[in-house]
Amino acid sequence: MQYEEILHRCFRCGFCKLPSDYSDINCPAYLRYRFESFSPGGRMWLIRAWLDGNIQADARFQEVLFSCATCNNCVEHCIFPKFKDQLLNAFIAAKAALVDEGRLPPQVRDYLTRLLEHGNPYKMPRKKRGNWASELGIESYAGQEYLFYVGDVGSFDESGARIARSVANVFRKLGLSFGILGEKEGSDGNEARALGETELFKHLAERNIDVFKQLGVEKVVTLSPHGYNALKNDYPELGGEFQVFHYTQLLVERLPAIELPDSPDFAFPRKATFHDPCYLGRHNQDYESARQVLDLLPGIERVEMKRSGADALCCGGGGGNFFTDLVSSGAETAAKVRVREAADTLGADMLGADKGAGFLVTACPVCTLMLEDAVKSQNLDGRIQVREISELVAEQLF
Amino acid sequence: MSAYQALVDIVGSDRVSEDLVERYLYSRDSGAQPAGQADYVVLPKTVEEVQQVLRLANSRNIPVTPLGGGLSLSGLVVPRRGGIVLDMKRMDRILEVDEMNRYALIEAGVSQGALREYLKQHHPRFQHSTPEAPPTATVTGNALIQGHGHISPRYGVNSDMIGGMEVVLPTGEITRIGSCSLDEKWFTKGPMPDLAGLFVGWYGTTGVATKLSLKIFPKPAFREVMAFQTDAVDLLPEAISEVMYLDMAEDFFLIMQEKPDWMNHAFLVVIVSGHFKEEIELKKSAYKNLFKNFHGGQPIGFVRDLHPALEKRFLDVPPLAALAADFREGGGFQYTGAILSVDQVPAAWHRGIEIAHQYDMICSYVHQVLQGNSVMFGFNYSFNRGDEKDIERARMALEDSNRVTLELGGMIWKGERPAQQMVLEKMDPNTAGLIKRVKALLDPNGIMNPGNWEVP
Repeated sequence: MQYEEILHRCFRCGFCKLPSDYSDINCPAYLRYRFESFSPGGRMWLIRAWLDGNIQADARFQEVLFSCATCNNCVEHCIFPKFKDQLLNAFIAAKAALVDEGRLPPQVRDYLTRLLEHGNPYKMPRKKRGNWASELGIESYAGQEYLFYVGDVGSFDESGARIARSVANVFRKLGLSFGILGEKEGSDGNEARALGETELFKHLAERNIDVFKQLGVEKVVTLSPHGYNALKNDYPELGGEFQVFHYTQLLVERLPAIELPDSPDFAFPRKATFHDPCYLGRHNQDYESARQVLDLLPGIERVEMKRSGADALCCGGGGGNFFTDLVSSGAETAAKVRVREAADTLGADMLGADKGAGFLVTACPVCTLMLEDAVKSQNLDGRIQVREISELVAEQLF
Repeated sequence: MSAYQALVDIVGSDRVSEDLVERYLYSRDSGAQPAGQADYVVLPKTVEEVQQVLRLANSRNIPVTPLGGGLSLSGLVVPRRGGIVLDMKRMDRILEVDEMNRYALIEAGVSQGALREYLKQHHPRFQHSTPEAPPTATVTGNALIQGHGHISPRYGVNSDMIGGMEVVLPTGEITRIGSCSLDEKWFTKGPMPDLAGLFVGWYGTTGVATKLSLKIFPKPAFREVMAFQTDAVDLLPEAISEVMYLDMAEDFFLIMQEKPDWMNHAFLVVIVSGHFKEEIELKKSAYKNLFKNFHGGQPIGFVRDLHPALEKRFLDVPPLAALAADFREGGGFQYTGAILSVDQVPAAWHRGIEIAHQYDMICSYVHQVLQGNSVMFGFNYSFNRGDEKDIERARMALEDSNRVTLELGGMIWKGERPAQQMVLEKMDPNTAGLIKRVKALLDPNGIMNPGNWEVP
């Protein structure tokens, strides 16, 4: 197995499951299960035990591996500089080995099967990929400056499509030259890669790369940080060299040129706290674009959660978990802890129906949906509102 | 009903496992000791759950091994005879911090990092004594194994800082020790018979601590590191004595590494602190002058430009001491924590280097001076977890340094089971007999962490 040579070097000191101030658990899988086996260090030791023949790849071992949300907190906080960067790669390599053997949790198998058979996990026909934009009259890509790559969640999930429309409307208002692929678009494959289905990822990526090249695409702007990560970091190895942007990175460049209203559509300042998507933050070190966008909006007072930036607690939706649900069920999940942290940060003084709710803002459709569900389950509906940042921007522009 | 089903009935299916992956992982720790065998892993959330688990175990003679952070490195939490591993980290609430009466009341699974950050956020004028361990180590675990921490040279080891405990006995009784046994006050463990002593240093063989009250201390605004360098190892006891006599140090370490060459000396690392700038300047001045006339002023020199990495290493709380595990690119680290009288430091220093060389290792020392009475002398061994021969070498080096420790009249801190046997063999028979009687009284069926402090 690739990266096998680092497995024995893990001391299991546990820095990997914490934020930099050590105050709380920052690993979604360990937070959900609380057995050491679900911590990054436990995973390292168990993979080694499996390769050495001391344990089998049974259902529990599969659960241990596939519950990893690929949030990169372990890579960020491991204290061993000589191998820390390979931790997540080792987990993905182990998952790939299980995929090769066909030993997968049923939820993962079903997700990958749907992706393979339908090109998306929603079992929707390809021709409906552009339906999210049907009433907007957005042009198909034909040499515009940017290709707006929407991805599976933005194309097929109802809330994801709402966010995609919001971003598209903001682009138009900003005068961005862009087009979409519609039914020519395919899944970005980021989750397939994270789940160790490297051949499927390759297949999906190469198909997109071919389409991009045929259409002469040079610049791609993505809706989701997950797609941004795949296109930016993994497509080049397959010959897909494009300039890739997350949409917040274009907003921060162009929004200052637009005259925003002096006062927002809400009657008083709102507190807002930003939840860093892992594939924008820890995986790609962009902690600032979305915050700068937020700071441009009138009537918004930005406050930081204790765990933010490189210390942000993942929503638990990465690594395919948004679809497979391995770490999002149960009493104590990352998303539930995260929305409670947001509620604490936003403070009681701004809460209550008469004053309006504080905003938990993010810049990722997966995070948005995970956090929205958690807000409902924690009965925080009246206290905080989860908002995708493009929606906040759109409210100011229209 | 099977034991597994009975455990599920107590804590729920999400918090008990008999799966192979958990049994494998909870059967070993990060040190060089051989693996054991866990049959069940249980994550209790309440004292009542602990009580029910112990009642069940006691009624069925199932061994129980309580586990905190699992970082003693000496196999103390490795189940030797099967049974239940009770992972206490799910009991992780900080229940109360009383600044006026200077204690923090916590559940047994609270980590060092969590308490430290909580105090920083909510009680910034106070601190607890944090060990040279990763932040995942539990506060209760370190206190129960008589661990030390930063500020121990001034205030004592962590077990001296206990102000009260809640303990579940092996037979299931929930017992409180200290002022909390009379009232909901957790500020002192006495005056009364020192019942905490029935659970401190016993490695979980007499009961399961579920709550702990720990003293907290003022946190001075200023801290600085000072270092002195010498090759006169034989003068170290006198030098240690002088540093401690001045009584102004917050912390005090002796360090040495054979590589790189500039580290191949004995360094006395003194950390001074103060609430006021003037105070810390006075302390620094006093220490700077301490060795000016010491044996003619030559043997011990003040280090003027301390390497920034060293300064950071000793100012960081907790330090990244775990980095030693990758010195040999092998992920393994273990040490004999010898508690030595100060006068035995030179002899141990020389013997430790000999042992390291005998096993083809580079010698590396970090010792902490404890209140002037003793030194926690660390015989440190990094090893390659991927190489069985290297692990065996580390075990043999450990055994040799345990033997040296006892030859020098010292004691072994958190010794692994073979070390405990060495200690028991040397111990006054009546003392060993008393240990045996106390264990039998509290744990009549011998279910608690069997193999530890096992008097023949």
